[in-house]
Amino acid sequence: MPQVILQYMLYLAVLLGLAYPLGGYVARVMNGERCPLDRVASPVEHGICRVLSVDPDEEMDWKRYLVCVLAFSAVSLVVVMAILMCQGGLPGNPDHVGGMGAALAFNTAVSFVTNTNWQAYAGETALSWFSQAVGLTVQNFVTPAVAIGVLFALIRGFVRTDGEGLGNFWNDLIRSVLHVLLPLSLVMAVLLMAGGVVQGTGATRYVTLREPIAVDASGDVIANADIDEAAGTVSVDGVTVDDATIVTEEAVPQGLAASQVAIKQLGTNGGGYFGTNSAYPLENPTPFTNLLEVIAILLIPCALCFSFGICVGNKRQGWAMCAAMGVCLLVALAVIAVSEQCGTAALSQGGSVDLSWSGQAGGNMEGKEARFGIVSSSVWAAFTTAASNGSVNCMHDSLTPLGGMMCMLLIQLGEVVFGGAGCGLYGMLGFAILTVFIAGLMVGRTPEFLGKKVEPYEMRWSVLACLATPMAILVGSGIAALVPGVADSLTNSGAHGFSELLYAFSSAGGNNGSAFAGLSADTAFLDVSLGLVMLFARFLPMASVLAIGGSLSCKRKVAASAGTLRTDGPMFVFLLVFIVILIGALSFFPALSLGPIAEFLGVAA
Amino acid sequence: MSKNEKRSMDPRMVRSAVGEAFRKLSPRTQVDNPVMFLVYVSAILLTIMWMLALSGISDAPAGYTLAIVVMLWLTVLFSNFAEALAEGRGKAQAAALRSSKRDVEAHLIPSADEKDRISNISSAELVKGNVVIVFAGEQIPGDGTVIDGAASVDESAITGESAPVIREAGGDRSAVTGGTQVLSDWIVIEVTSEPGKSFLDKMIAMVEGAARKKTPNEIALQIFLVALCIVFVLVVMALYAYADFSSRQAGVANATSVTTLVALLVCLAPTTIGALLSAIGIAGMSRLNQSNVLAMSGRAIEAAGDVDILMLDKTGTITLGNRRADQFIPVDGATPAELADAAQLSSLADETPEGRSIVVLAKERFGLRGRELADAEFVPFTAKTRMSGVDYEGVEIRKGAADAVDTYLSGFGVKMSRECQDAVQSVAQQGATPLVVERDHRVLGVIALKDIIKPGVKEKFADLRRMGIRTIMVTGDNPTTAAAIAAEAGVDDFLAEATPEGKLSTIRRYQAEGHMVAMTGDGTNDAPALAQADVAVAMNTGTQAAKEAGNMVDLDSSPTKLIDIVRIGKQLLMTRGSLTTFSIANDVAKYFAIIPALFITLYPGLAALNFMGLHSPMSAVLSAIIYNAFVIVALIPLALRGVAYREVPAAKLLSHNLLVYGLGGFVVPFVFIKLIDLVLVVLGVA
Repeated sequence: MPQVILQYMLYLAVLLGLAYPLGGYVARVMNGERCPLDRVASPVEHGICRVLSVDPDEEMDWKRYLVCVLAFSAVSLVVVMAILMCQGGLPGNPDHVGGMGAALAFNTAVSFVTNTNWQAYAGETALSWFSQAVGLTVQNFVTPAVAIGVLFALIRGFVRTDGEGLGNFWNDLIRSVLHVLLPLSLVMAVLLMAGGVVQGTGATRYVTLREPIAVDASGDVIANADIDEAAGTVSVDGVTVDDATIVTEEAVPQGLAASQVAIKQLGTNGGGYFGTNSAYPLENPTPFTNLLEVIAILLIPCALCFSFGICVGNKRQGWAMCAAMGVCLLVALAVIAVSEQCGTAALSQGGSVDLSWSGQAGGNMEGKEARFGIVSSSVWAAFTTAASNGSVNCMHDSLTPLGGMMCMLLIQLGEVVFGGAGCGLYGMLGFAILTVFIAGLMVGRTPEFLGKKVEPYEMRWSVLACLATPMAILVGSGIAALVPGVADSLTNSGAHGFSELLYAFSSAGGNNGSAFAGLSADTAFLDVSLGLVMLFARFLPMASVLAIGGSLSCKRKVAASAGTLRTDGPMFVFLLVFIVILIGALSFFPALSLGPIAEFLGVAA
Repeated sequence: MSKNEKRSMDPRMVRSAVGEAFRKLSPRTQVDNPVMFLVYVSAILLTIMWMLALSGISDAPAGYTLAIVVMLWLTVLFSNFAEALAEGRGKAQAAALRSSKRDVEAHLIPSADEKDRISNISSAELVKGNVVIVFAGEQIPGDGTVIDGAASVDESAITGESAPVIREAGGDRSAVTGGTQVLSDWIVIEVTSEPGKSFLDKMIAMVEGAARKKTPNEIALQIFLVALCIVFVLVVMALYAYADFSSRQAGVANATSVTTLVALLVCLAPTTIGALLSAIGIAGMSRLNQSNVLAMSGRAIEAAGDVDILMLDKTGTITLGNRRADQFIPVDGATPAELADAAQLSSLADETPEGRSIVVLAKERFGLRGRELADAEFVPFTAKTRMSGVDYEGVEIRKGAADAVDTYLSGFGVKMSRECQDAVQSVAQQGATPLVVERDHRVLGVIALKDIIKPGVKEKFADLRRMGIRTIMVTGDNPTTAAAIAAEAGVDDFLAEATPEGKLSTIRRYQAEGHMVAMTGDGTNDAPALAQADVAVAMNTGTQAAKEAGNMVDLDSSPTKLIDIVRIGKQLLMTRGSLTTFSIANDVAKYFAIIPALFITLYPGLAALNFMGLHSPMSAVLSAIIYNAFVIVALIPLALRGVAYREVPAAKLLSHNLLVYGLGGFVVPFVFIKLIDLVLVVLGVA
C-alpha cells in the first residue's frame, strides 16, 4: 500500500518539479523577453516572418487575432485533408498505402487541426509516414502553439489597460513552437529513442518469431496448437486442423514514431503513431518511456498555470489555478486508482479470481499492459483525460464502470483540469470568470477578476466558452443516439454500449481524442458528426476567449481592498472547483446515470 | 427592516399584487424575463398536452399531467406576484407624489423687473426659461431657480419633512421644486425644466419603476441564467434521445414521458432566482427610496456596492454640527476662575448648544452653579455684532469671535493684547474655535469650542475599513485642525481647506488608482465633483445644478446617508448572488428526485440513487415541482428585505453566505421534497 501511494506521489512530484521552472521560461518566451535559445531561434524567427511578410511587433486587436487563428486553421485543415486523400501518389510511402476516403480524411484532418487527435483509423495501416510526419505531426506542433497564443492574448487582456491590442498571432505561434515545443520535443524524442521507441523511414520489417503460431481461417489464434513447421501441419490434441495457417514472421512497422510520440504527448495531441497508441510496445516499450510520456502529458498545461501567475504579476494566482486543477485531478485519480485496484465483484467471480495486490498488480487488469500495471495505467488514464491529450496506455473501454466514468467526466468538465496546452487554462479562466461573478455578488460588489470588472459582454462570451463543450457533447450524442445505424457500430449493448457512444462524443467535444474503444468509429455519419463537434468545441471557446481579452484590455484596473474577493486563496480555489464540477455534473448527470452509473449499480447489484 | 417588511405584506397590497400577478400573464410581459418565459412556454405546452390527454392522446396519466400543469402556472404566478409586491411599495409612494403634482395657475411675468405685468397660465404650459412669481400660500408651479426675493417653503410633499425651509435668490439655497408650497413672502422663479421632465415627474417614474431599466449587472446575471436554461433544454432533449437509445438496446418501449421531462426542465432551470430577480432589483430601489434617497438609475445603486472611497463632509457626518466648550484660557492676568465666571454669566441665558456647553464646563471645572440673575439683560447673538453677552448690575460681558470682539473693543480704544492673539491662534491650531470673552472692555481670556466627534463614528469607520472602504474627511478647516479631527475620528485621510477644484482633483486621483468614489454635495460649485464621482449624492436642499450632476438625491439632506446607500447597494448585490447560489444548489436534490424516477424501469439498479426513499416515480416528480414552485413564495420576504448585511471583510461575508445559501440550498430541498412526498402519500394523491 505505501509503496503504491509512493508511486503516485512520484508521478506528481516529478510533474510539479519540471512544470514550475518551465512555467517561468514560457512566460519569458511569450513576453518577448531574452531567451537562452535566442541565438539559434532569432534568425529563424526573422526568416519565417520575412517569408510570411508579417511584422512580429504589430499589435492585433481581438478580431484580427481571431481571423488569423481561423485562417491559419482553415488552411491547415485543407492541406491535411489533401495530403491524406492523395497520400497514395505522394512520396514517403514505402508500404504503398492508398488515399483516405473523404469522410475519414475530413474527420482525421479536423481531429488534428483541433488538437483532438481522435483516430478512426489505425496509423500503421492507413497512413504513409509522409502523411504522419508532414500532415499530422506538423499539426501536433502548431495546434498547441495556436492555443498557447490565444491563452497569452487573454492574459494580455488582463494585464493591459490601454486597449492597444492582444499581441501578434504570428509572433506567438512562431515563438512558442521554436522556443518551447521544438526544443522540448527534441529532447524527449531522443530520450524515447534511447528507450526503444522506433524511428526510421524504411518499409515494414519482418522478423522471425521465436515460436511460430497457428491461426484458423478467420485469423484467430488457435490455442494449444501443436505445430509441425517442417510438415506444415497443425493439430490440437492430436486432431489435425485443416484450414490452419502457420505464422512464422511478425511485421514490425517502421516510421518516425519517436518524434511524433514526443510531440503527441507534449502538445496534448494524443494521436498515436500506431493504432493502439502508447499501449503498443514500439510506441511505449518500458516503464522509463512510460514515465516520460505520462509526465509529458501534463507538463505544458501545468507549466502554463505558473506562466499565467508570473504574467499577471501574482504568482499566487498561478498556484491557485494549478491547485484548482490539481484538486480535480487528485479526486479523479483517486477514484480511478481505487476502482481499478479493487476491480469489481464480477471480475473476482466470488473470490475465485485473485485480485489482491501483494506481489502482483492485482485489481482489474483487463485491457491493461502487464508491464505497466494498475498504477501507471490509472495515472495515464487520469492524466490523459484531464489534459485533452487522449493518448492511452490501457484500454478505457475495459476500465471499471466508475473508473471509466471519471475519465469521461474529466473530459466532460470541459477539458479544464489542466486540459489542452493553452486551451485548458483559458477554459479554466472562463470558469474563473463565472465563479467570480457569483461569488463577487455574494460579497456585495459587482464582480471583478484580476482588477477587471466582469460585465455583460464578458459574461456573454465566458458562458459560451464554458458551455461550448457540454453543448457540443449533448447535441452530438443526442442526435447520434437517435440515428438507427449508430447502435450497430457498438460492440457492447445496454448501459456499456451507451457509455461507448457517450465517450466518443465527449472525447470529440472535449477535443480529447481518446477512445473508449468498442466503437467502430469509421462510418460516414460518425466521421462527419464527430468532426463537426470537434470544430465547434475548439473554435467557439477560442473566439470567446479572444473577445473577452479584447474587452478586458480596454478596461481600467480596479484597486483591490479588503472588500475585494480574493481570487488567489483556498476559498476561491474551492469555489472554482465547485462551479466546474457543478456545471459538469448538472449537464451530464442524466447521461452518466444511463451509462456508467447504471452499469456500476447493475454490476454492484 | 421589520417595519418595512410588515408594510410590504400589508393585506391590501397583497390583494392588489395578486390581481397584478394575473395581469402580468400577458406574453409581452413574460418575454422580458427569459427564465420565466421558459416556464411559461412549458406551462402552455403541458396544458395542451393535458387537453390532448383528456381526449385520449396521452403520454402520461391526465391527472398527473394536470397536477404538473397547475404547478407550472403557479410557478409563473408566484414570480409575477413577487414582482408585483415589490412594485407595490413604489406605487403607493408614487400615488402620494402624484397627488401633489396638480396643475396650478402660474403667474407668468416677462422678467424679474416687471413683477406687475402678470399673465396667468396653467403650470402645465410652462417651458424652460419662463419667469414666474409665486406668492404666499401658492404652490410652486415648476422646478426652478429663485432669481428674486426670499420665502419660506414647505417641501414636505417631497421630503416628508414638515419644517419649512428658506429659499432665496443667489447662493446654494436658490433651487425650488415644483409641487412645494410657498408659506410666506414671495419669490420670482426662473423655470428650469421642460414640461413632464420635472424633478417630481422623474421621482414618480423612478419610484413607480416605470423608468426602471435592467442594470448591467442584472443583464450579466440574466445571460448566465439564460445560458443555464439553454444547457438544461439540451440536457433534457438529449436525455429523451438517450432514453430512446437505451430502451431500444434493452428492447423495450421508451417509457420517458414528455410531461416528466418538461417537469425536469422546469425544476432544473434556475427558476428561483429567475422568478425573484426583478423583485430583488425593485426592492433594492424601493429600500433606497424608503431611506429618502432617490436614485436616478439602478446602476447608481450597484455602483454604491462597489464604492471603496467615501468622501464625507466633516460637519454633520463626522462631527456634530455644534461645538462644545472644552477649555478656558485666561489672558492678560485674569484668573481662570474669573474667566469661567464671566463666561458662565454671559451664557446663562444663551440657549444655543455652544452656550449651554460653556455653562456645563464652568460647572465641571470650577463648580459654578447656575444663578438667578436679577434685572440682568441678556444680549443675544446678532449677525451684525456677531457677539452675545449680558449686562447686569452695571457690568457688561461680551463673548464672540476674535475679530468681532477686536472690532468691538477698538471702538472703545482698547487693543487686543499679543497674549490674547497667541491664545486665539493656538486654539485654532488644535482644531477648535476660539471665543474671546471681555468684561467691561477688558479681555479676560479665550474659550476653546471644540468639534465633537459623533459617538460611534470611529467604530463605524473601523468597520468600513475592515470591509475595504476608506473614508476621506472633507472640510474647509485648515490642515492642522483637519488633521487633529481626522486623527480623533479615525478617518483614513482628509482633504483640508477643501475647494470644489480640490474635491474634483482628489476624486480624479483616486479614480486613476482604480478606486470607486462616493461623495455628497449641495452647492453649485460641487457640481463638477458630483459629476465626476461614481456615486454622487446631491442634497435636496442643494442647487438645481448639484441635483442634475449627482446620480442620487437625498431628500433628507443628511450627510450620513452615504453609508446607508453603500449598505443598500451591497445588500442588493448580495441578495442577487445568494439567491443565485441557492437556486443552482437546489438542482442537485432535484436530480436525485427525478432521475431515478425516470429510469427505474429501465435500470432497476438506479433505485439506489433514490436515497430519499420517495414513494413512487410520480410522487417524486410532483414533490420536486411543488417544492420548486413554493420555494419562490418562501423566498419573497428575503428578496424584498435583502439578505443580512454585516460590515466584515469580503472573505468572511463569502464564507457566511456560502454556508447559508450554498450549503443551505443544497440541503433544504432534500428535506422539503421528502416532506412533500410524505404529505402526498398521506393525502393519497400519489
